[in-house]
Amino acid sequence: MSHWIVGLIVLPAMLAPFIVLVARYHIGIQRVFSVAGVVALIAMAAALSWQVSDGTIVLYRLGDWAAPFGIVLVGDRLSIMMVLLTVVLALFVLLYAIGSGWDNRGRHFHALFQFQIMGILGAFLTGDLFNLFVFFEVLLIASYGLMIHAGGNARLRAGVQYVLFNLIGSTLFLFALGSIYAQTGTLNMADLANRVALIGLEDTVGIRVAAVLLLLVFAIKAAIVPLHFWLPSSYAEAPAPVAALFAIMTKVGAYAIIRVYTMIFPRDLAVTSGLHDLWLLPAALISLAIGMFGVLAAKRLDRLVAFSVIGSMGMVMISISLFTPAGIAAALYYIVHSTLAGAVLFLIADLVRTGRGNLELTAQPPVAGTALTAALFFAGAIAMVGLPPLSGFLGKLLLLNAAYDSDLVVWIWAIVLISSLISIVGFSRAGSILFWKAHSVTAPDEAPALAPPAALSYVAVGGLLSLLVAHTVFAGQVHGYTTTMAAQLFAPEPYIATVLDTPGKLSIPKETE
Amino acid sequence: MEFLVASAIGILTSGGLYLMLRLRTFPVIMGMSLLTYAVNVFLFASGNLTVGAPPILRDGVSTYTDPLPQALVLTAIVISFGMTAVVVMMGLGAFLGSDDDHVDDQPADLPENSEGKL
Repeated sequence: MSHWIVGLIVLPAMLAPFIVLVARYHIGIQRVFSVAGVVALIAMAAALSWQVSDGTIVLYRLGDWAAPFGIVLVGDRLSIMMVLLTVVLALFVLLYAIGSGWDNRGRHFHALFQFQIMGILGAFLTGDLFNLFVFFEVLLIASYGLMIHAGGNARLRAGVQYVLFNLIGSTLFLFALGSIYAQTGTLNMADLANRVALIGLEDTVGIRVAAVLLLLVFAIKAAIVPLHFWLPSSYAEAPAPVAALFAIMTKVGAYAIIRVYTMIFPRDLAVTSGLHDLWLLPAALISLAIGMFGVLAAKRLDRLVAFSVIGSMGMVMISISLFTPAGIAAALYYIVHSTLAGAVLFLIADLVRTGRGNLELTAQPPVAGTALTAALFFAGAIAMVGLPPLSGFLGKLLLLNAAYDSDLVVWIWAIVLISSLISIVGFSRAGSILFWKAHSVTAPDEAPALAPPAALSYVAVGGLLSLLVAHTVFAGQVHGYTTTMAAQLFAPEPYIATVLDTPGKLSIPKETE
Repeated sequence: MEFLVASAIGILTSGGLYLMLRLRTFPVIMGMSLLTYAVNVFLFASGNLTVGAPPILRDGVSTYTDPLPQALVLTAIVISFGMTAVVVMMGLGAFLGSDDDHVDDQPADLPENSEGKL
């Protein structure tokens, strides 16, 4: 049993207290250790990606206890890809935070950042539902701290809303876990997959309640309408690098939905029939529409980006809720795209704020460093609204293609295409107000000129954009890989067998006595 | 026994939900606490209610109570306790900063605190 996979959780878990205890007054040391830690995580995640790319399932038993009794970490293609995406995003976000000086505007940014990464990676890797709850809490606690980093009243108020909403989500999660445990007597995902399939049709009340509650919890995480209300304020008020990192947090919800609703409650399971088509798909369609209307209606750039994140989550969820291999493959392609595009736009919004002082969408004098920022915004907006040539267009094409066999194909095509048009109008309006109309406004003489953003900030944003370009150029390979990933998800038997049949402590009854 | 536990969970949940809909920091946090108590009792009951039975292996005992929900409840208590502390601190900070303890967003053009509301 190789120990590398648990290193993904242990390394940030050790690094964070180290940063707090040893380096709390030395921002330089904090920065070095934080970046070094994330680079090491990328190396580990890349090695694991190579290991699982042939379909191997990496199992790690904590304390060597065998599966249904002990907690296991499981790495398959999907979870390791999400891990890799997280740590790569984290590196660029960290570079931006250092370049723009955000990490020095309050205490403990780097420690909280490491805890946040630990929670997200743990949520992707765990093979146990209660452990998933614990890692959700770890990532939430860290995100509460990061969300109010650098203080300020608006941020605190948004933070209270964010915390309360997530506390309600956690309570629902516990109710769901309690009902699952009462019905099946296990919380291990692989074991649950076996046992839920055995539940007869006459005794399904408890497990139905549990399935719906669990879906609600993950939908809160993924910000699906009507459970999205926490997102706009908290993402808009959070410090920009934090908001960019939060772009992966909605995907944690999407990942959990993919994992649980392909393995434990698959679409053809009679017990929970109707949940996927009847509820999830319409909710996702409405999310997309509301998100893109929000883009058009937003009065500030950060809110506009937050609503575009809701819209792109809607797109991801439409694709997921088809629950066909083609749909999941398209969703996974789009998840990578949407994470990178959302993060890039939050960082660009901060570039604008650095040079301009605020983010109101009104005509104001040109921002400092306007040419480069405008070019980056142009590229980021193209990616987010899904125009060619960037990956948003390809992702949308894959989704439309996957939806072709669905019963609701007319609705899906209509809403996806119309909402794309709306978001194009919204982003063009924002861009032209921010960057073009600015030239017709003369700056008042007494206003002090703001310094243009630091070079490292542009490097971070440019790096993320180049990843988006790579995601477009290598779309064939990436989509091929997500297709094999979807195939693995729809044939969960090797996963279940690996988790349950690998011997460990307690797996063989003692023959003495 | 079952009736008592079930009705306790029900009353705690409904009280918690009512308080959470009040949209002021203090009642909402009280509601959150009630709801976490409810969920703790619920988790405890999810492993069947057994009276006077040990949760660990002993010689000469045939009836056991399920120890796993107790471990789950312990984790849930610790987490909810920490979370409540965090939200109290943040709520206090937001209240002291803006002299307003509404949880929801207030319209921007509302006259600020006309009569010292709390």
